[in-house]
Amino acid sequence: MATLWPFISQMNPDASTIAAGAPIEVDLAPIAEGQDIKVFWRGKPIYIMNRTKKQIDEARSVPVSSLPDPQSDQARVKEGHDQWLVVIGICTHLGCIPIAHEGNYDGFFCPCHGSQYDSSGRIRQGPAPANLAVPPYQFVSASKIQIG
Amino acid sequence: MSGPSDYQPTNPTLRWIERRLPIMGLMHSSFVAYPTPRNLNYWWTFGAILSMMLGVMILSGVILAMHYTPEATMAFRSVESIVRDVNYGWLLRNMHASGASMFFLAVYIHMFRGLYYGSYKEPREILWILGVIIYLLMMATGFLGYTLPWGQMSFWGATVITNLFSAIPYFGESIVTLLWGGYSVGNPTLNRFFSLHYLLPFVIVGVVVLHVWALHVAGQNNPAGVEAKTEKDTVAFTPYATIKDLFGSCCFLILFAWFIFYMPNYLMEADNYIPANPGVTPAHIVPEWYYLPFYAMLRSIPNKLAGVVVMFSSILILAFLPWLDTAKTKSCKYRPLAKQFFWMFVVVGVLLGWLGGKPPEGIYVIASRILTFCYFAYFLIVLPLLSRIEKPRPVPNSIADDVLAKTGSRSAPMVSTVIMLAVAGALFAGSAQNARAEEEMVPPSQQWSFSGPFGKYDRGALQRGLKVYKEVCSACHSLSYIAFRNIADPGGPGYSEAQAAAFASDYKIKDGPNDQGEMFERPGRPADYFPSPFPNEQAARVANGGALPPDLSLITKARSYERGFPRFVFDFFTQFQEQGPNYVDAILQGFEEKPPAGVTIPEGSYYNKYFPGHAIKMPKPLSDGQVTFDDGSPATVAQYAKDVTTFLMWTAEPHMEARKRLGLQVLVFLILFTGLMYFTKKKVWADAH
Repeated sequence: MATLWPFISQMNPDASTIAAGAPIEVDLAPIAEGQDIKVFWRGKPIYIMNRTKKQIDEARSVPVSSLPDPQSDQARVKEGHDQWLVVIGICTHLGCIPIAHEGNYDGFFCPCHGSQYDSSGRIRQGPAPANLAVPPYQFVSASKIQIG
Repeated sequence: MSGPSDYQPTNPTLRWIERRLPIMGLMHSSFVAYPTPRNLNYWWTFGAILSMMLGVMILSGVILAMHYTPEATMAFRSVESIVRDVNYGWLLRNMHASGASMFFLAVYIHMFRGLYYGSYKEPREILWILGVIIYLLMMATGFLGYTLPWGQMSFWGATVITNLFSAIPYFGESIVTLLWGGYSVGNPTLNRFFSLHYLLPFVIVGVVVLHVWALHVAGQNNPAGVEAKTEKDTVAFTPYATIKDLFGSCCFLILFAWFIFYMPNYLMEADNYIPANPGVTPAHIVPEWYYLPFYAMLRSIPNKLAGVVVMFSSILILAFLPWLDTAKTKSCKYRPLAKQFFWMFVVVGVLLGWLGGKPPEGIYVIASRILTFCYFAYFLIVLPLLSRIEKPRPVPNSIADDVLAKTGSRSAPMVSTVIMLAVAGALFAGSAQNARAEEEMVPPSQQWSFSGPFGKYDRGALQRGLKVYKEVCSACHSLSYIAFRNIADPGGPGYSEAQAAAFASDYKIKDGPNDQGEMFERPGRPADYFPSPFPNEQAARVANGGALPPDLSLITKARSYERGFPRFVFDFFTQFQEQGPNYVDAILQGFEEKPPAGVTIPEGSYYNKYFPGHAIKMPKPLSDGQVTFDDGSPATVAQYAKDVTTFLMWTAEPHMEARKRLGLQVLVFLILFTGLMYFTKKKVWADAH
């Protein structure tokens, strides 16, 4: 077994890949209200959206129990930074990349098979089984986050 | 059947070798003296055809690997360089790419033949299981190879398929990371896929040797499904089977050549001519046609893990076939019920394949579920049940009797024909419905000088198109796979080398660093590539309202539209493959000042009749009188569009004329040779019937 391990282990991400996958810092200052940016972390697209008041209200007014994957908007953002939505932009259906600010819920729309996510990145309609994942991140200052 | 050979070479040197390594005796007993049933039909030539295809794939693959670069930023370009710059590179690439499809076509026929004639039954169980292993290895090899060109479909196909493993409970995510060698599909993934894609064909060769060995121990099955008993039942492998296999292979090669030389992109996805982009997913992720039935089964199951299990079971279940179907009669020829269910199973397989290419919505999902059930029912319910209740018709006493009797029921082909027609009708109805919905979007089919088997580029159009590109398109669009030297290439715009050099010297090319360590600009040389209008993607996006003007080198192959059933079947025979040019031409002429009532176009976008979604970021690029032609051609948008599209077809397929010319020679030769083979075969078999 021990002899086999090096032959299996070598397939895992190598040191440089792990290093490149280290946390990244993103400055939020240039993102105006109602805008979003897409950054790449570990080869995955991360949407950072500066939500409008309307978007936040929409996300919070819907009864949580009526959702396919029940989760409150508060649980998906950081307290005190309610306008910032940070989600991994990979559709939970078959891994496509949804388009921001499209669809019927003011959130994301996946062009592959028509899954629609709301302004909290929660699945509302279509074949996807789960909400858009929230990556590990924290605020290092009022206008800067660290992803990872 | 193949005992120790009594073969003795007459040449003393060969005899010397033979005493030490009896390899010639082995070959002689396996491929010369080896007795084959005398009633084999042409479905049995597919074994030889598959061996030939394996050889073709390994040969072309090893050569391609000499020119290919398995690195994420260079892989796509290296494939383009093979096609454009390597001598006969286009031939080798087409051979390998369509060869994969041909290989699978042959293997499916080979498998259905085994299914129909009960070739998996005692004493050929191991032989059959080895075949299933070869099929699994082929699927893995095909998938790995499809990743290597690193186009959009390669990348996203690899993403979806590797993600299947994430369905495994507990270890799923770690296994996927292990497969990727990173946190997403990337350069490490490409590297290992290349390594494995090179390895697996040789593993296949190994298993094929075992497969043939097992075949030569058990002996071949035959259409009658009775074992050979006496000398009268068999003929020697050489010349009888050899010549028949040769004839079969030649026929198959004609089909293969048709694809290589005339329809190289017929089975390819247009999206794979767009370099891999981890930030954008193609609208439809579709695997190669030979995986579609299994893809349909995967998607029909709402639970991710269950879907993956069902998909893998659908293949593994084949390995258990010898124990699921316990009927004593082998051949479906003598099993009236099994025969009908067999044809239904074929139809189920084809329909699943069709559904695999459809979006997983509404009626398609329901249909896939029903057919997935039918697929498994055939193995788990129908076959075990039939072996208990079916009353087979009497089988002939011996193969010799079968050959003499020459009987055949005429009713069963009728049944299968009716089923096939019903299916075709259903498909037709479905597609007609689709066609109606998409009517307004489909670009009109234009007359192109380069279409058809004798198509050639119109030199004047290429030269005018180059002028339109240079004066208009090049402001935003790069053409980075084309070098200035290419415009003097045979089969191109027909400029002389001096003209190409003069053309190049009009451009300023950034070069360096010089001895002082600084970058500098110099006049272009023929070996330089067309410079890009923007230094990088971000600059291009900023200048174009956030949209990236695509590189135009491959645009006429990277854009397409659905032709729908049954038109795509006719396209195969008429060699229609001008969807790309039709689309590009239509886009250039499809701008309208005002969108029709009820259509709103976002700020900064323009209405275009043929652009998917109608809102295009490119403003109307061409207007009448914008470019003046020296040869007096009309300075109209229609003329510009036509010329620049012709030019862009040439940039996408620079060796098209050479391809079609060589194709004609190869086909004429193959047809003559096949004819000769046919008469040789008739002569050889004259005394055996």
